[in-house]
Amino acid sequence: MAEPLVEIKDLHVQFEVRDGIIKGVDGFTLTINRGETLGVIGESGCGKSITAKAVMQMVPKPGKITGGEIIYYRRDKYNPQKPPSVVKITDLDPDGDTIRSIRGGEFAMIFQEPMSSLTPVYTTGTHIGEALFLHRLVPKTIGEQMTQNIMAYRPVTKQEAREIAIEMLQKVGIPKPHERVDAYPHQLSGGQRQRVMIAIALSCQPFMLIADEPTTALDVSIEAQILDLMRELQESMEMSIMFITHNLGVVAEMAKEIVVMYMGKQVEKSSTVRVFYEPKHPYTRALLQSIPKVGKRTSERLASIKGMVPDPFHLPTGCVFHPRCPSFMPGKCDVLTPNWIETEPDHWVRCLLYENV
Amino acid sequence: MEEPQQITTTNVTESEAKGKQEQLSQAYWSLVWWKFKKNKLAIVGAIIIILFYTSCGLFAEFVAPYRLDYQSSHLEARPQPIVFKNPEGKFSLRPAVYGLDQQLDLVARTRTWVVNKEKIYPLSFFVKGQPYKLLGLIPTNIHLFGVDTEKYPDGTAFLFGTDRLGRDLFSRIFYGGRLSLFLGLLGQFLTLVLGMVLGAVSGYYGGTTDILIQRLVEFMGAFPDIPLFMALAAAIPVEWSPILVYFMLTIILVFIRWGGLARQVRGLILSLREREYVLAAKSAGASDWRIMSRHLLPGTLSHVIVIATLMIPGMILSETALSWLGLGLRPPLTSWGVLLQEVSAVRVIRFAPWMLTPVPFIILAVLGFNMLGDGLRDALDPYSGR
Amino acid sequence: MAERIATRDDNIILDVKGMKKYFPIQKGLLRKVVGYVKAVDDVSLYLREGETLGLVGESGCGKTTVSRTIIRLYEPTAGTAHFKTSLFSADGQPEMVNIFDLDKEQMKRIRREVAMIFQDPINSLNPRMSVFDIVSEPMVIHGMKIGPEMEETVVTLLERVGLRKEHIRRYPHEFSGGQRQRIGIARALSMNPKIIFCDEPVSALDVSIQAQTLNLLQDLQSDFNLSYVFVAHDLSVVQHISDRVAVMYVGKIAETAHSDVLYNEPLHPYTEALMSAVPKPDPLYKSERIIMQGDVADPSNPPPGCYFHPRCRYAVDKCSKETPEFRELRPDHWVACHRAEELKLKGV
Repeated sequence: MAEPLVEIKDLHVQFEVRDGIIKGVDGFTLTINRGETLGVIGESGCGKSITAKAVMQMVPKPGKITGGEIIYYRRDKYNPQKPPSVVKITDLDPDGDTIRSIRGGEFAMIFQEPMSSLTPVYTTGTHIGEALFLHRLVPKTIGEQMTQNIMAYRPVTKQEAREIAIEMLQKVGIPKPHERVDAYPHQLSGGQRQRVMIAIALSCQPFMLIADEPTTALDVSIEAQILDLMRELQESMEMSIMFITHNLGVVAEMAKEIVVMYMGKQVEKSSTVRVFYEPKHPYTRALLQSIPKVGKRTSERLASIKGMVPDPFHLPTGCVFHPRCPSFMPGKCDVLTPNWIETEPDHWVRCLLYENV
Repeated sequence: MEEPQQITTTNVTESEAKGKQEQLSQAYWSLVWWKFKKNKLAIVGAIIIILFYTSCGLFAEFVAPYRLDYQSSHLEARPQPIVFKNPEGKFSLRPAVYGLDQQLDLVARTRTWVVNKEKIYPLSFFVKGQPYKLLGLIPTNIHLFGVDTEKYPDGTAFLFGTDRLGRDLFSRIFYGGRLSLFLGLLGQFLTLVLGMVLGAVSGYYGGTTDILIQRLVEFMGAFPDIPLFMALAAAIPVEWSPILVYFMLTIILVFIRWGGLARQVRGLILSLREREYVLAAKSAGASDWRIMSRHLLPGTLSHVIVIATLMIPGMILSETALSWLGLGLRPPLTSWGVLLQEVSAVRVIRFAPWMLTPVPFIILAVLGFNMLGDGLRDALDPYSGR
Repeated sequence: MAERIATRDDNIILDVKGMKKYFPIQKGLLRKVVGYVKAVDDVSLYLREGETLGLVGESGCGKTTVSRTIIRLYEPTAGTAHFKTSLFSADGQPEMVNIFDLDKEQMKRIRREVAMIFQDPINSLNPRMSVFDIVSEPMVIHGMKIGPEMEETVVTLLERVGLRKEHIRRYPHEFSGGQRQRIGIARALSMNPKIIFCDEPVSALDVSIQAQTLNLLQDLQSDFNLSYVFVAHDLSVVQHISDRVAVMYVGKIAETAHSDVLYNEPLHPYTEALMSAVPKPDPLYKSERIIMQGDVADPSNPPPGCYFHPRCRYAVDKCSKETPEFRELRPDHWVACHRAEELKLKGV
């Protein structure tokens, strides 16, 4: 039933710096379906944000997509009956017209830091309006269509942009949207700013929202508000969400499907329930055991993952996780590179425990 | 149960990366150097500055063919052109200069010097000339170049011409550079000390101290420069020795310029003061002095070095401007400003335009400092964006 | 104050009463005081020997200011903080000394017994000092040890926190976040303190490193009989490590209790709402989440009465008029809510 929206096939992103090459993303394969929420979890530096930026064709310098492809099944927003066209995002010019109309219009992104994501000299209304002018068309009236007889849609006018902005602010739960549309970022609290960011992202009715740690900088009470809001809006707008976080609690609440990343590689992928209840990869297991759970104060010590994240210039041989792995098999894990295999229907894992070697 | 395991794995990963860790120990400075080296303009600037300070500062006597106070009989002689010919007029790799002849201009009723292409004096390197003491210590009479007076007793080498008293301008530019450049350095050093101390005190203690120092800086900044200079310079007694005047002028310049630096240091201290490592030192019971000297000032140093480098040209230019106005150094002291003062009459520009030769030197020195400062700014902050 | 110690137990090592810290808001050329940010407003808490007191709350609630004021990194506006020490007693017997009454010299001596661990593993270590200089700095300040003996102590400390001897000459930027936090812990241990104030020590660390660090802190506590004041915003971390937890809201403590009691039977509506807002790492958990409306109150201009009433779903008239008293409703369970007796609140 699920209709794919974006397919990432064997994506590689590399960073060339003075000390060598860092494999930011190393062979990432994934399908994001329409209207579903996918959680990407991992520790800092595991490549989760870079993957998201690659989908937007926005890999920061000196990074480069060095392999694989990202395919986007593009539907016409204003003519949903038309079969989707296939766009290869990895082939697009990062500054070209096509990707720019996709960015913001069809894929929207919200970031971790609500303080610096808004320009301090523009009001919230201007911020939303800017996105609308670039990406949103409104149906023409019957009269206009008859006289001009070309397209059924036209860009928004200034007045309409303001009205839509107010409507969006109301949708994201900002009190007194008629006044707040003229407010500057410094007049808003952190939670409100993140709401404005969501309003900007959603104002053009994107097919996919990429949320990169959207609640990490917020307090729990505000986080709860924002997560609720995102779920609510997703249901009413039928968009996909790629939710990137290191917080297992947040991802458990939000995602239907989870990908776990470690050192640029995906190590496990399955439905959220399976990942939390039947984790297969030792890293996923260790991660789940190492977080204290609120309300369950059982053991005195936490099960921690030994050692530290390896130096990206000197990655371990074989499986990158083997020096920290509790199920390390000498002679296998440090020699052979595990493959991305489907152990059970819809449960993918990259671990030699599940390969016959 | 888990702890020992943890340590052993740390061992494994660390020993693998050991070679790299050692490199990292000097990572900051190696990164600074690496970034600095990549900036060609900064390297050029550094070379210019080094050349200036060695040739003018340390070895002016050696570089200059004549002594500072040597007055030749050639008054207001034009520069002698350099040619590659031997005395017979044939091509030669050794450079030589044409001689000069005095001519009476009956119309203008002046004596002028014209180039005589018949007279060719080859320039010798490491030639014997007027005696001097190298670095003020070693008595010698070897100069970098000059005309061998034993072979050519009437030969002269005035590459940039001479002034009204017959003094070689080339030599005087190098001697003058010594005072100007040294004043820049000394003045900047004093500015640095004053600015850093007052800025640090202002930023660290805050409150009334801060208000007082900040208002003082604003007051100084609001004062019109030139009248202040004039008043201060006029306050220097005429009977003071030139050296005293020189130091006094330096102090006046410092007095006027410390404010900007103090403000920058204050800002830096204000931001560093809230760092958790400063709180950590405080919570361990560190004294104010310890916090200031161990935790705050070292953190401002890289920034201050850059500001200081970029401020030196201003210092040099101020000296030049003041001396040109007659408010700064006075003969017999020779600085670039003093040299230019001699060009203040239109007559000199009309009849002896070569007297303006110090200007390109000043421009070059200022450019050198700016290029060096810009390069340092980029390099000392190697973790910033590329 | 004296009675409280008498009626309670002798184990109390730190007893803070009525502590206030107001930061003046200054404006204009002459920095005229136009108001105050009541960062800490009448806070009372106590800590027993070998115990961990967790301090939780949302950003800006004053939890960091509480710990910094107790050790007088900030000068308190009012209140007392009695600390059990034998540093100043003639007969060597421990006595309760009011930290806020000490002069500069005495304060310096007290600092040997109270240490601090900071949040930011990047900012809390001076980038221009080597590990040796950082860890030995408290010893240098107090003139405790010199030369090889000091170096030996530093090595012992480093090994105790899971670093190695070779690390001693390296600089902070060469370490990962978790390792840097260990350096900070070694520095805190260097004076053999009795209390360590931990200011969000794990919130900047990755999940896997966070667990290691928490385990280390717990091991050190039992080895050295340390008492911790553990400041954090992550409720699950605080619950895991704390014996008792204090919940703060806009400069005041809303509720204090043993952590199991607090998490299972909260008495303050804010605690209840905070607990329910924490995302649970369990996809099958169906939460009845209480969404607190609006934002945290402004500590320079707090609402009248109970500061929480504009966001409280149980608020009645009284809440917007009278400031609730912070009272001990059950043994060791303190709460500041008018309706604490009548409400039946849900824990996690």
